[in-house]
Amino acid sequence: MTMLKIDNLHATVGGNRQILKGLTLEVKPGEVHAIMGPNGAGKSTLGNIIAGRDGYEVTAGSVNFDGRDLLELAPEERAAAGVFLAFQYPVEIPGVNNTYFLRSALNAQRVARGEVELDSMQFLKLVREKLAVLHLDDKLLHRGVNEGFSGGEKKRNEIFQMAVLEPKLAVLDETDSGLDIDALKAVAEGVNALRSPDRAFVIITHYQRLLDYIKPDAVHVLADGRIVESGGPELAMQLEQHGYDWIRQRVGPEAA
Amino acid sequence: MSALLQSLAEGFDTLPRRDAGGLASARGAALEQALADGLPGTRNERWKYTPLRALERRSFSPVTTLPDFDAAALELPDGPRLVFANGVFAPALSELSGLPEGVRLQPLSQALERGAAPHAEFLARRFDAADEVFARLNAALATEGAWLQVAAGVDCPQPLHLVFISVPDETDRGFALRHVIDLAPGAQARVVEHHLALGEHRHLGNALSQIRLGAQAGLAHLRIQSESGGATLMQRTDATLAEATQYRRVDLELGAALSRHELNVGLHGRQAQLHANGVLLGGGTMHLDTRLGIEHNAPDTACQLNWRGLAAQRSRVVFHGGILIQAGADGTDARLSNKNLLLSDSAEIDTQPVLEIHADEVQAAHGATVGNLDPTALFYLRSRGLDEMQARRILTAAFGREALAVIEDEAMRGFAAGQLDRRLEELA
Repeated sequence: MTMLKIDNLHATVGGNRQILKGLTLEVKPGEVHAIMGPNGAGKSTLGNIIAGRDGYEVTAGSVNFDGRDLLELAPEERAAAGVFLAFQYPVEIPGVNNTYFLRSALNAQRVARGEVELDSMQFLKLVREKLAVLHLDDKLLHRGVNEGFSGGEKKRNEIFQMAVLEPKLAVLDETDSGLDIDALKAVAEGVNALRSPDRAFVIITHYQRLLDYIKPDAVHVLADGRIVESGGPELAMQLEQHGYDWIRQRVGPEAA
Repeated sequence: MSALLQSLAEGFDTLPRRDAGGLASARGAALEQALADGLPGTRNERWKYTPLRALERRSFSPVTTLPDFDAAALELPDGPRLVFANGVFAPALSELSGLPEGVRLQPLSQALERGAAPHAEFLARRFDAADEVFARLNAALATEGAWLQVAAGVDCPQPLHLVFISVPDETDRGFALRHVIDLAPGAQARVVEHHLALGEHRHLGNALSQIRLGAQAGLAHLRIQSESGGATLMQRTDATLAEATQYRRVDLELGAALSRHELNVGLHGRQAQLHANGVLLGGGTMHLDTRLGIEHNAPDTACQLNWRGLAAQRSRVVFHGGILIQAGADGTDARLSNKNLLLSDSAEIDTQPVLEIHADEVQAAHGATVGNLDPTALFYLRSRGLDEMQARRILTAAFGREALAVIEDEAMRGFAAGQLDRRLEELA
């Protein structure tokens, strides 16, 4: 059974610039898909369209999630349906306490799904469990959302939010970029701890190194708005060895 | 003469304690000057964004006795406090026991009656500029207020509360209050001003505060203005800071039909420091105007000013941040930030940071922005499951709260944030 089904997706940004040009992708529960590609291929556009960010227009194709037309839903409805985007550039929101924000978000999702809200004790218990699993310090709970966080702390906070919100589908948009090796390992551990038969991941990355720690079920190469090559983990290794020029040569100049 | 000035001048003859402290002639002179120069028009640069045309045509009657009101409806802060209703001291609601040795807090009326008023340095001050009309009226008409003195080296840890209640009355009332906060060298104090209304009214309050910090003194000052949507408030604070003083101040303004606050701080001693933040939240057809006049007069002085404006509905928020660094004030560090959030298409925000530097070795930065909520932040919150309304509310509250973060006392910080949140809920 397919969880996420993207079919022949075409999208423009800023009114006219065509970024996605017929992207097709299927993700099943429990799977981890890596999407790799050169800068400007449309990787972040894909993540933003799945999460429902403004500024993109889908000109053709469809995105289905659990049998629903995802493109019809507001960002918060997608979140409640189980979609999570780990931002490439997590936003600093001074003055909003991290714990308060996360509890409000979780309870908003629970209410939207017809579940009861967690009270502060229940929420705190959940948070403590997740912190322990992710080996995270609880100091980030008491600060403003991403306020004054280092790059690594911001990315870890994204993974922490993901752990608390327990989405069905997590899209990680270059979560590995700008991380040192310790932070990279911590992010990978977080993802691995959350892998489960009913949860899927789409990991968008420019480099192969995150995939040393998170073993994907499938690797796709996104170039010029389409998936031009799909394979197993070995595809990532080949890309690392030969670079993206190798793909351009293989798929022909029209896709480069 | 305008109806406004005429009505206020009529109160002069029956003014209680008018002649106390040998101030009769000074009061008379101040009134004469006010009447002679009249109200500033919008061609006056300092009043350009706050027109007084509507106010000019209104009349206000003086208050001589404590108005009737239901004190049970009030939630008065615990601890030492002075309470005033429509500008009249309310002894039964005030609490002056348990003040530490060396801390003197009393209503100005009592000081005047005992002949112990702080007139030499404070009450006899003249206001020479033609557009200082409200200060002149205050000098003429204010015979009540709060007078706080803290002796050298004394630390008063508990917050001292000044509570100003406006009570609806059969006519529109005009009252003037004069406050003095005088900290001797090394003294430390915390003052919280509450300005609130027991129901809708259209009174005019004129308050002038004079603050003097002796060397090494420290004052933490919070003012929460949560007045009736019909009230008019003309307020001015003049503070002088001696060497190595620390003045921390937060102004939270949530209401009044027309409010003007001039905050003038002179940093006259080496290493004097001012840290002043403010939040102006306008709703309805409110007009909230804050005008900062910060003067660095000594080397190695510092000011950090962080003001936030939020304008909802058809309100107007006006901010002027003036910093003057005088020749010789080398080593000055001056920072001003004024960020504003327009919450409606019909609201207006005017901001004007002005930096004037006559010294060589200074660090100065100022910036002002007017905008809407950050769409990226909105999307971030929505992508986590909060709906657009919730996301907007959270971001708006956070925008204001940021300026309140400098309130050191946790209970007071929480109180101020709660007041801001409540007002935002009303405006949502």
